[in-house]
Amino acid sequence: MTAATDSGFGEIERVLRRAQRARPGERETAAGAAARLSARIASEALADITYAPVDSPFGTLLAAATSTGLVRLAFPEEDVDAVLEGLARRISPRIVEARASFDSVRRELDEYFAGARRTFELPQDWQLIGNFQRRVLGVTYEIPYGAVSSYAEVAAEAGSPRGSRAAGNALGSNPIPIVIPCHRVLRSGGALGGYGGGLHRKRWLLGLEGAFPQE
Amino acid sequence: MSESISSQIRSNPVDPVGATQLAQPGWRGRPAGSRAKSVSSGLPPFQRFLDAHRDCVWRFLVSAVGPTDADDCFQETFIAALHAYPRLRASSNLRAWVLTIAHNKAMDAHRARARRAVPVEDVVAVDGRTTSQSSPDETVWGAVRELPDRQRSAVTLRYMADLPHREIARAIGCSEEAARRSLHEGLTKLRKVVST
Repeated sequence: MTAATDSGFGEIERVLRRAQRARPGERETAAGAAARLSARIASEALADITYAPVDSPFGTLLAAATSTGLVRLAFPEEDVDAVLEGLARRISPRIVEARASFDSVRRELDEYFAGARRTFELPQDWQLIGNFQRRVLGVTYEIPYGAVSSYAEVAAEAGSPRGSRAAGNALGSNPIPIVIPCHRVLRSGGALGGYGGGLHRKRWLLGLEGAFPQE
Repeated sequence: MSESISSQIRSNPVDPVGATQLAQPGWRGRPAGSRAKSVSSGLPPFQRFLDAHRDCVWRFLVSAVGPTDADDCFQETFIAALHAYPRLRASSNLRAWVLTIAHNKAMDAHRARARRAVPVEDVVAVDGRTTSQSSPDETVWGAVRELPDRQRSAVTLRYMADLPHREIARAIGCSEEAARRSLHEGLTKLRKVVST
């Protein structure tokens, strides 16, 4: 092969294109560089939001936090990309996965699911929660472990005595379920009502807390 | 992304990356510190952006600065991208944008290496053969790294990152015609190396 027989760039282009296809181990190297980057972003707190999968009896939950605290907890059925895109739109697109920074969230949830924890101490960020919803969830947050309340009672305490339907909606879009215990709010007659994570989970959580509803 | 990316980059000696300026257009006018409910117009979460472009940026940097310096450049590229990210327009060509930053980081690395005056690991002898034993692919990328700045950038952006001429021109900060010429000159030199 000589330059004299090849007037175009065919040969060198072939060489360059062959070299362009990832060499063995190169994807791993890129993945390693990306992992080091993620670790650095987490340790230097360069992202506005970090997220990580968290194991639970329900399957893998998605936890997301700002520098203030836990801002979102998503059930396994929720689409991860949709959750992250929602956070990007509503808070900031500077979102990076950081598994190590969720150790305390994991520990508290593990303890709760094992029946060894009755209140959460992990820091929370309620910025996704609007005004009315904040009143409703604020009231809900005070319902003790093992106790239940009703949509009507929560609505009344939140300052809207006739707003039990609105209170139900506010509870249904709770961005931090389990930690903000919207599962402790039932219909006035004791029927389960609704639950964003599925009624079987609401029943399971109430069973865990020793507060089965009388149906 | 506007046509003026490259001119913006060159106009700012303090921020050679140009990352902060690249992101400016969509940002002006928003009150400082405000966290409006719709903060940004549909940019993917940064992690997804990183997942989508990390292989391409890595390949580009390995061929542009070599495996030793690639990691540092990679970290600096994405840290700069993260910094500027929220102010970027959602309609931007994200791949061309991050490769522009990577290109600038690679140039910084070359300048730093020149200042240190440490011989590069893949020294190509006058006759085009590398001084160390290496594969044909390594030989050609060693030769790529020995090209003058603009030719090297044009070749790596074209063949490692698959950028079209127009985006190569943006990344380097020259006209499309000049980018084509640099690419042609670079390939001409490389052809001599591989056909030797």
